[in-house]
Amino acid sequence: MSTATTRSRLSIWQAAFVIARRDFVAILFSRAFIFFLLGPLFPVMVGALAGGIGSEVQQQASSSAIGVAMGEADNAAMLAAHERLADQLGPVMPDMVAVPDASADFDARALLEERKGDYAAIVTGTPAAPVVTGTEQQVERLSGRVALVAAGAASTAPQAFPPVKAQIVASSGASEKADRVRTAQAGQLLLFLLIMLLAGMVLSNLVEEKGNKIIEILAAAIPMDAVFLGKLFAMLAVSFVGILVWGSAGALAFASGAVGMGALTEPAVGWPLFFALGVIYFAMGYLLLGSLFLTIGAMASTVREVQTLSMPVTMLQLLVFFFASYALAKPGSWQELAASVFPLSSPFAMLARAATEPAVWPHMLALAWQVLFVALLVKGGATLFRRRVMQSGPQGAKKRGWFRKRTAAALAGSAV
Amino acid sequence: MDLATGDLTLPATERQPLAIEARGLVKRFDGVTAVNGVDISVPEGAIYGILGPNGAGKTTTLRMLLGIIEPDEGVRRMFGHDNPQDIARLVGYLPEERGLYPAMKAYEAIAFMGALRGVPLKVGRERGRELLEGHGMGHAADKQIRQLSKGMAQTVQLLGTLVHEPKLVVFDEPFSGLDAINQGKLERLIRGLAEQGTTVIFSTHVIAHAERLCEGVAIIAGGKVPFAGKVDEARDRIPAQVRLETRAREGRWLAALPADVRREGDYWSFSLPESGIEPLLRALIEGEAGILSLSIERAGLHDAFVHIAGEAVAREMGRASEGDAA
Repeated sequence: MSTATTRSRLSIWQAAFVIARRDFVAILFSRAFIFFLLGPLFPVMVGALAGGIGSEVQQQASSSAIGVAMGEADNAAMLAAHERLADQLGPVMPDMVAVPDASADFDARALLEERKGDYAAIVTGTPAAPVVTGTEQQVERLSGRVALVAAGAASTAPQAFPPVKAQIVASSGASEKADRVRTAQAGQLLLFLLIMLLAGMVLSNLVEEKGNKIIEILAAAIPMDAVFLGKLFAMLAVSFVGILVWGSAGALAFASGAVGMGALTEPAVGWPLFFALGVIYFAMGYLLLGSLFLTIGAMASTVREVQTLSMPVTMLQLLVFFFASYALAKPGSWQELAASVFPLSSPFAMLARAATEPAVWPHMLALAWQVLFVALLVKGGATLFRRRVMQSGPQGAKKRGWFRKRTAAALAGSAV
Repeated sequence: MDLATGDLTLPATERQPLAIEARGLVKRFDGVTAVNGVDISVPEGAIYGILGPNGAGKTTTLRMLLGIIEPDEGVRRMFGHDNPQDIARLVGYLPEERGLYPAMKAYEAIAFMGALRGVPLKVGRERGRELLEGHGMGHAADKQIRQLSKGMAQTVQLLGTLVHEPKLVVFDEPFSGLDAINQGKLERLIRGLAEQGTTVIFSTHVIAHAERLCEGVAIIAGGKVPFAGKVDEARDRIPAQVRLETRAREGRWLAALPADVRREGDYWSFSLPESGIEPLLRALIEGEAGILSLSIERAGLHDAFVHIAGEAVAREMGRASEGDAA
């Protein structure tokens, strides 16, 4: 018999550290990291652009004025009444102009159908009995305002508006709630974007590794669980660097007074705890989704397969995000509870809760729950990863499925 | 062999401890049997070749021996350990499909491969530079892998396999992709490793390397091992070849030549008879053949390999066609 040597290998955590260190350094000094750092800017820019364009389009769309085609005196009374009301109501009141050359037998319907002039609707008749002609949508939108103007025009007494004295309060219960919901939405969106960006990066990192044929060297030297853990935590560390960079930049800008928290209201748990919870929930959300994506990466052998397989998970994650967003609007409902309990949506739902509810204990509970699921998912993902990435193990061989058959046949061809 | 208990009853190899012992290894990929009952015993300190045609199951066998994939049946031990990965620090592995991180510097790549086997990064970096220097690649130490030629990248990976000074080195098709000069260098390196007491196992389908280097070989064909033993034993599987040149073209002595005799130019070629060369010589002299030259050439490993692997494949094909007919 041979002389048995003592056990001699890296522990799973030592091996995971070796992998994580390599990946961390490689990503940190890659172009991908620059894109990761710039990543959050893109949605902000796109959002700002889309918002600007949208409001411009909306402004253009609603710029059409109301035409008035009554008698000369009625036209003047209507326009004068409009002017008085516009001063009080501001942009709510659309422009009003007299339709030129409107004779006694003026046909508003014909003018609009011939698409002459730029009128949202045309008011005919008299101030006492105005007739609004326009599309159903415009008539519905403008009838009330036309009636208000006509009432003003029909009034013989000069119309006066009493001065309103203003008493400003910082917030009310209703506005604070609405503002905190906005903070919660912003937190959820940021969390979602970061997690999706990272999960995609960890996936492409693994596929690249398979393409580089490194995976066999790793598999021969260390447990595959360690490869899984190392890759997962390397990307988490990378993301913390990103958060640190962005956080520091934000803190500097905030300290210098260049920016404030803008429209965002202080969350119910306060900013410091909200940020801390945000980072923790981000880590949990990423570990949950990253495990799923890594497992997919292990099963796929080409970029195309990765894309095909990751699509349903991406869609699922979108659904989970929408679900958590939807639950935000239903505080105290079963939907909110379900979103907080379902592991994949829990980080989003609980971060939103931190913005709207001051209680801290539910977060402790939720974090314990999420940690449990992270452990289960990482363990399950690592096990699948180990079995599938090198197609090893008799258990894996017993499974039958189109994907399994295809990859097994391909590997048999490459292995022998 | 009791697979349920993992008890391994191996043939007696009392003189030399074994680096690797495997019995009845079977691996199927979704119904396709890639390896079908492989037995291998590799003594410590030996240079051992796994020979076989393309697609014979060499890589799958090596992967099972190293614990990269688990066998569906059979057991294997490495330095007495059932799980080869338990002693990963003692093993170096160069896979057939070479792989390195393209953005890594050469010495960093070596250090990383050392780190995977437990060498501290700082030590690995120092050794990486030393190894590159020692192999005439000092100038490439700080170059990224993507900047190196294919041969240089292969050398870097080879050095990465050795950076942790393993007791056992497994090379899968190490000579493929190397030019003649680098093949010679690799042969010298393998001999050097063996001289230091390192066990070297390599797979190849180029028999000349195995013939020059190996003490023992296993021939794999069709997922089975029709031969495992010393190189000389493999060569003895086919008889030596006799080349005879005579002055006379005809005569009674022709009847004394073996049945497989064939004419090759001025020479007669045939297998050395089981009775030896002496009775034949006597018949040639008595028959006045006029012997001009006579040489006896022992069969090379290449011929032995072709003979053994060919027979094994023919047997498999015969079995398959019998199965089809049934």
